[in-house]
Amino acid sequence: MENPWIYIGLFVLIGVIIPIVPLAASAILAPHKPNPIKQSTYECGMETVGDNWVQFKSQYYIFALAFLIFDVETVFLFPWALALNVTPLFVAAEGVIFILILLAGLYFVWQKRMLEWV
Amino acid sequence: MTAEQIIFYIATGFILVSALMVVTTRNLIHAALWLVATLFGVAVVYATLDASFLAVVQVVVYIGAIAIMFIFAVMLTKRNLLDHVPQTNSNWPWAAGIAALTGAGLLYTASQLSTFGAQRPALSGDALMNLGKALVSPDAFVLPFEVASILLLAALIGAVYLAKK
Amino acid sequence: MNFWTDPIHVIYQGLMQTFTGWGMAAEVAGILINLLGIVLMITAIMVLDIFLVWIERKVVARFQDRLGPNRVGPWGIFQPFPDIIKLVLKEDITPAGADKWVFNLAPILSLASVIFLWAVVPLASRIYGVDLNVALLYLVASGSIGTLSIIMAGWSSNNKYALVGAYRMVANMVSYEIPLAASLLIPTILSGSMSLTNIVNQQAHGVWFFFVSPLGALLFLVAAIAELGRSPFDLNEGESEIVAGFHIEYTGMKFGLFYAGELLHAFTFGGFVAALFFGGWHGPWAEEYPLLGAFYFVAKAMLGYWIIMWIKYTVPRIRIDHMLAFNWKFLTPLAFALLIVTALTHRFLMDFPTWVYVPGMFLSNVLVAWATLEILRGNARRERLAAEAH
Repeated sequence: MENPWIYIGLFVLIGVIIPIVPLAASAILAPHKPNPIKQSTYECGMETVGDNWVQFKSQYYIFALAFLIFDVETVFLFPWALALNVTPLFVAAEGVIFILILLAGLYFVWQKRMLEWV
Repeated sequence: MTAEQIIFYIATGFILVSALMVVTTRNLIHAALWLVATLFGVAVVYATLDASFLAVVQVVVYIGAIAIMFIFAVMLTKRNLLDHVPQTNSNWPWAAGIAALTGAGLLYTASQLSTFGAQRPALSGDALMNLGKALVSPDAFVLPFEVASILLLAALIGAVYLAKK
Repeated sequence: MNFWTDPIHVIYQGLMQTFTGWGMAAEVAGILINLLGIVLMITAIMVLDIFLVWIERKVVARFQDRLGPNRVGPWGIFQPFPDIIKLVLKEDITPAGADKWVFNLAPILSLASVIFLWAVVPLASRIYGVDLNVALLYLVASGSIGTLSIIMAGWSSNNKYALVGAYRMVANMVSYEIPLAASLLIPTILSGSMSLTNIVNQQAHGVWFFFVSPLGALLFLVAAIAELGRSPFDLNEGESEIVAGFHIEYTGMKFGLFYAGELLHAFTFGGFVAALFFGGWHGPWAEEYPLLGAFYFVAKAMLGYWIIMWIKYTVPRIRIDHMLAFNWKFLTPLAFALLIVTALTHRFLMDFPTWVYVPGMFLSNVLVAWATLEILRGNARRERLAAEAH
């Protein structure tokens, strides 16, 4: 096919539809008798206190930020890795400098003790 | 109408509807999930344009990293704040007017371009390889490529600084 | 050209003639045949997934010195079918306060994000869904959708355990995506391509990348296991603290979809290890007879899956601070160091003959591994001395 994404699009469409089939079968065949006890939040028999919108450790957010930056970095590195074989030797060095700058960033974060789970 | 156009109209309609949902729903997590839908629609548009790399990067970076970060950030806020604050203030007609005007202006500018409505030229050669070569060759974009890493480093340091506060 | 040398092409031509004979336009017929192929492929994957349940239960039983399922059919091989009937007939409970749409969408996305991956996996030399030129990033992208489905499940359940489980799982998955992507860069460098078909072809006509970059294969395996959230990285479902983690409120078939997704994900990563580092479908006579190649590929994927199970049922769970420290202070620097060494050595040795190139690359990997071990030993000694000085 001309554009591989047409195939991927069809695949994604059917890949979403097929998991729905057993759910639909279950919705038709399974009994449905709700009651308040059955529908209460499962916390091993204890009464639920408050709602689930609890504040989380900001540490999760820090790791998400660090991940975002390294994710963007790897995205930049993929085209470099592709072109490595067909370009002169110094091109490899360019990518290495790119990685080293970001490893310096990782070292900085490490030294600032932001990678600790406190 | 070709198949590509049909997909384009479906995708853009989806983007517009979900973008509208992002700004109108009250629940912040729902807004974040609608934002994911919007970004996915943009990835579909990239895919119809044969921009494979951009399409997957859109999903990897925007859905995989930025949307997750949004959800984490939303969970750091307090819920009771969100349910009682009104969604609009008295200035909303002005904002709507300016937005409509800007949209009309952009549409007019685009329609004046010589390439408006033209057929998309077929890509020549391996687009991905060309991108890779352009990013690293000295007479093209090697400087922006390296500066990008400095920018990312600055972002990292900024994040640490904010977190320390 | 006959059925045994190029089955897909022969079937395609046959169906095309039938459909156009019925008066269908060639383009419509093409899309219809592709659609049929996709449905067939996904159905085959789901059937395989059903048997993975049996394999998993049987293997874990062996590891724990039990018999495992042995009643329904020979060696209990038909056990998954009663399981499925039970799951379908179970009442589906949606907890009060759950966000219905998000709650129902999450298990579907969780399984679908794994199914998507099979669009780009080459099963044999001429049997593959599509030759996507960014297949490796596509792998990472589909992992992103999996991450999203977990946070959706955890948040919409309106349960604190579920939310804690989802948070841990997401922190785990996003952290280990960095070494995963970095280890995906290694086959990209070695083959100069991001298409899985190209990567496997290069190994079929050369050396398996495992021999060129054994450390890269190991890094990929570790990052893949973490991405799967399997033991030792299964702290998202620490039974003693948060019960079942993000899918605690799911019952019946919706839980079944999460379970099926997890098993299929593990098998799929086994397949990716095989395709990226162990030559994919490559083996004796696989080039001429694609069906044989598909058999080799599934066998290699099963082996990878078995290794993942072996690790799962052998090692205990680790703590969240250890897990994050292991990723950010060990795996990520190591992955990027290996990337630098691989890029430079590969570019330097590229034009040399194979008998220089392969040992050279292998030695560079051994050198990196040795240096890492030395640094670790030095750190451990310093820590020990500091502890003794106290």
